[in-house]
Amino acid sequence: MSTTDWPLWEVFVRSRRGLSHTHAGSLHAPDAELALRNARDLYTRRGEGVSIWVVPAAAITASSPDEKDPFFEPAADKPYRHPTFYDIPEGVKHL
Amino acid sequence: MTATGPATAPVTAALALGDDALVLSHRLGEWAGHAPVLEEEVALANIALDLLGQARVLLSLAGDEDELAYLREERSFRNLQLVEQPGGDFAHTIARQLYFSTYQHLLYAELAAGDGPFAPLAAKAVKEVAYHRDHAEQWTLRLGDGTEESHGRMHRACEALWKFTGEMFQPVQGLDIDWTRLDERWRESVEAVLRRATLPVPEGPRTGAWSAGAGRQGLHTEPFGRMLAELQHLHRSHPGATW
Amino acid sequence: MATPAAQRTARTEADGTPDTVGTTAYQRAFDAAVAADERVEPRDWMPDAYRATLVRQIAQHAHSEIIGMQPEANWITRAPSLRRKAILMAKVQDEAGHGLYLYSAAETLGTSREELLDKLHSGRQKYSSIFNYPTLTWADVGAIGWLVDGAAITNQVPLCRCSYGPYARAMVRICKEESFHQRQGYELLLALSKGTTEQHAMAQDAVNRWWWPSLMMFGPPDDASQHSAQSMEWKIKRHSNDELRQRFVDICVPQAESLDLTLPDPDLRWNEERGHYDFGPIDWTEFWEVLKGNGPCNEQRITQRRRAHDEGAWVREAAAAYAAKHTGHTDGTRTTGHQTAHETEAERA
Repeated sequence: MSTTDWPLWEVFVRSRRGLSHTHAGSLHAPDAELALRNARDLYTRRGEGVSIWVVPAAAITASSPDEKDPFFEPAADKPYRHPTFYDIPEGVKHL
Repeated sequence: MTATGPATAPVTAALALGDDALVLSHRLGEWAGHAPVLEEEVALANIALDLLGQARVLLSLAGDEDELAYLREERSFRNLQLVEQPGGDFAHTIARQLYFSTYQHLLYAELAAGDGPFAPLAAKAVKEVAYHRDHAEQWTLRLGDGTEESHGRMHRACEALWKFTGEMFQPVQGLDIDWTRLDERWRESVEAVLRRATLPVPEGPRTGAWSAGAGRQGLHTEPFGRMLAELQHLHRSHPGATW
Repeated sequence: MATPAAQRTARTEADGTPDTVGTTAYQRAFDAAVAADERVEPRDWMPDAYRATLVRQIAQHAHSEIIGMQPEANWITRAPSLRRKAILMAKVQDEAGHGLYLYSAAETLGTSREELLDKLHSGRQKYSSIFNYPTLTWADVGAIGWLVDGAAITNQVPLCRCSYGPYARAMVRICKEESFHQRQGYELLLALSKGTTEQHAMAQDAVNRWWWPSLMMFGPPDDASQHSAQSMEWKIKRHSNDELRQRFVDICVPQAESLDLTLPDPDLRWNEERGHYDFGPIDWTEFWEVLKGNGPCNEQRITQRRRAHDEGAWVREAAAAYAAKHTGHTDGTRTTGHQTAHETEAERA
């Protein structure tokens, strides 16, 4: 990285209270404080947020697409984790 | 064109505050397409837009916003000389922002707390201005305590604009403010920021030999005339037209 | 969104797969995903040519946004009312923002913004030729909003469904924000058209100058477009240049009528049989000349861009130097400056 090449930050915005922060995009900033302010200026200038997180992009560990199958497929064949798996006689309430 | 008429208290004050916001917004608008980094394009434009919004409300208290902005002569403007100073480099812009935003924030916080005619406007604007002040402080720290070059530039900028800071505390008719106290608080705050930024506090006079209260009395610096010419020429070229 | 570094790693792993059967499997998975209208995401394997095409297109798009600030910023200091001044400032600001979203999208492909800016500044990457035309009067701001942004939106709406996820997501955001750009341009022209004789003439003159360059924004005719077919196959592009151009003309003609302005094309007329407006031949010689660098503002635009970047270098360096001195201070609250620096130094010592 050259001295002028500021690191990349990922921006997460909570659009209103009660909702979780979701990924809004990314930006460059020299440090966390300016990253936060740049995120405010860029990603909430139309009133899109009430809270912001910024995370150095380099700090994110992501699952690899190559491991997609071992990571995610085993979860697909366990229907007993879902409520619709179970037959309940008609007329039974509050279940 | 005499948009102001006989000066009643709120009009004088509305013009002073409104012209500050209008002129500084215009100066910041000059950065569009020239900022040092894309993120700062967005930040400077946000500040300029906040100020322009304030200017429109304030000028509307004194008359028609466009008549006041576009049809007054140089000598009728009541803004501080500080805000009309040309952009210079980014350090000059940040020094101007630091001096002005600190002043505006302290002033608007007092106006917002009072029950005068500017309280509603100030209550909204004070939040915007708090952010401007923070932006200026953040950058003052980075330029002052950054590289040798940035330190030198920021130092020169703070020195160059220092002589325009005394004028801010000349009483404005119609504003019930303890100006001496405001000045003290301004100095405390600005000096603290400068020290944290490893910058010396300028020692020169805070007013020029000719400039005490000058902008507020309609006496401006030469670059202001050219700025107004640019701002007004199109509007004035089509008298009576609507846009 | 993966970081460029992580991206590069994933890519190297994929490319480094020694056995060709493996690579073919990657290619098959990619083809299947695109065929099924699934999105390709940064860390997925993708053909090098797909990656290169995307980088080229997204970069050109990002460059267009930031160069596109210039012709309009040219009028910020002269906007004829405070309302118009605020609108124009907000619009030019949006363009900076859009450039930012797009550079970020390009970065997910493993190319840094710095690298892309370098290529722009040295002329190795292009931006839309439309911005090499000058804004001579205030009405040009309206014509750009109505026609140039209108053409851009026609081009961009289909990109919201582009096969590359980060690009598609950036476009969704951009299109949402752009809708005000076109409307403000139209409204601005309407005010001029209904205004004084001079104002009406100003509006007509601007439309006369911007109409043909706007049509050129859709790119060369389909049979002369070198990248089109492959891009369509990859679902980076969803409609052909000529299709989109026709759609734009069909939209503009009635809008011009309600503006009480004419479009400078004697051949423009409704074709009942085709269900579209016919329009006259486009002067592609001019298009290629402007593209080659002989437009009225090519040099001026890139010079200003380069100057802003060069003159800003010391600012970017200062902030980076400050950050290096004050590491570990990342809580986002008001900085404590010096004190922190000393503490950090003490810790290091």
